[in-house]
Amino acid sequence: MNMSATDMGMMASISGRTALDPTAEPKIRIKNLDFYYGDHKALHAIDMDVPECRVTAMIGPSGCGKSTLLRVLNRMYDLYPGQRATGEVLLDGENLIDARAKPTVVRTRVGMVFQKPTPFPMSIWDNIAYGIKLHERLSKADLEARIEWCLSKAAIWNEVKDRLHTSALGLSGGQQQRLCIARTIAVKPEVILLDEPTSALDPISTARIEELVDELKSEFTIVIVTHNMQQAARCSDQTAFFLLGKLIEVGPTADMFVSPKEQKTQDYITGRFG
Amino acid sequence: MTLLRRRTVFDSMMKIVATTLAVMMIAVLAWILWTLFYRGLSALSFSVFTQPTLPPGKGGGMANAIVGTLIQVGLSVVIAAPIGVMAGTYLAELGNTSKIAGTVRFINDVLLSAPSILIGLFVYQIVVLPFGGFSAWAGAISLAIVILPVVVRATEDMMRLVPGSLREAAFALGASHWMVVSSVMWRAARAGIVTGVLLAVARAAGETAPLLFTSLGNTSWSFDMTKPMASLPIAIYNYAGSPYDEWVALAWAGALIITVGVLTLNILSRVLIAGVRRS
Repeated sequence: MNMSATDMGMMASISGRTALDPTAEPKIRIKNLDFYYGDHKALHAIDMDVPECRVTAMIGPSGCGKSTLLRVLNRMYDLYPGQRATGEVLLDGENLIDARAKPTVVRTRVGMVFQKPTPFPMSIWDNIAYGIKLHERLSKADLEARIEWCLSKAAIWNEVKDRLHTSALGLSGGQQQRLCIARTIAVKPEVILLDEPTSALDPISTARIEELVDELKSEFTIVIVTHNMQQAARCSDQTAFFLLGKLIEVGPTADMFVSPKEQKTQDYITGRFG
Repeated sequence: MTLLRRRTVFDSMMKIVATTLAVMMIAVLAWILWTLFYRGLSALSFSVFTQPTLPPGKGGGMANAIVGTLIQVGLSVVIAAPIGVMAGTYLAELGNTSKIAGTVRFINDVLLSAPSILIGLFVYQIVVLPFGGFSAWAGAISLAIVILPVVVRATEDMMRLVPGSLREAAFALGASHWMVVSSVMWRAARAGIVTGVLLAVARAAGETAPLLFTSLGNTSWSFDMTKPMASLPIAIYNYAGSPYDEWVALAWAGALIITVGVLTLNILSRVLIAGVRRS
């Protein structure tokens, strides 16, 4: 780590963010959440709020449970027998890990972008249209408008507008990742989960994605898992630090990086371990 | 002799042994192909493709057998491909660790290596006898049973090769399992599955045993699915053992046609796989 904690705190506080309002109703409220991979308990009694239309960063060393938590938020763990969650994850007051909540509905409301770009083996157009057609019947004109809208939002429209019908696999890694973000936005989710979205990208593509995250938070609630602490400091409003399946500390990003309450947080963000 | 010297000598000896055996291997194959082309090409003529079998001394060809094989193999693919793809999809997607899946997988492996004469006998029992006679339907069904396990295996293997991240990405958009499978997984695994089907067809096209007790063979034209129908392997089997030189020659021509057809399917599937690797 070539940057001190205070530098990152400065970066977080001078970026002109409005302070978090602790009295506002959170978009997601996690209460006493435990998670199990078979017999192995991976998350221990997590309690935290995710504020609406803000960026929440989740940091911590590998295996600390941050990605696991992210995969609880859109019921991705449901795909694998033996994985289960207990407790409550309230999205606008509705418990989305309840057995009665439909995973397909949850995943429509809570979209996800993965570590490695995952374009489908089809054209750029079809990649976006795929998600839209799952949920809505749009006229050709409306579909076109929606596709342009989400590609523009994901800052990739200008690069692909002349090749919409060519294979998405021909795009560069950074472009593919922005396409995946566009594909996620296209179904109009309320929350967007980003699982280390820039770890496979070069610095320029990374910067573009970070700018994008900053713009998207005006409309979407964003949760980002990252190994890069400078990235957490640069683009989040709230940061949560995890260690060994436990939430050690959560708070406004500026506070977390300048004056963390816990010694473990201090040690991690200054690079003393992890 | 020093230890090093001994090792070097042993090393070059093993190289020679391996190379010799490899060359012998190729020589056998070359011999077969040379005989086939030498005998087959001299018997090949335009009438082979246009005329049905005629009595000895009247010329004739194998048109009925070629068309019969195309019909029966084509029909068997139509029967086996959907069942095989769905069963393979079940194994890869739904019954990951269930008892049913384990059983299906085991039976499929047994079927994959079952002697094909057994399949012929089975279809004879359940189709030919109850429906009162040999028929092209029975032939197509037994070929379908030959093809089925290959398609099941290929589908399961190919769908398992699709990256988990792609599958999760489709689920993350709120797609139902069926939508994930039908428009993302199958599309990603398409070339592999098609290759599996092609290889299965290549195998079925050359099978004689399953047809012996089912479609029987026919020396004249027949498009009636409920009657015996000619096929290339059966025609080869019958003509090769006949006492007439021109029928024996026809058998060689038929063998050449079938070999070239199978070779084409094999090459086609290799090209397809190479295409997948590139992208």
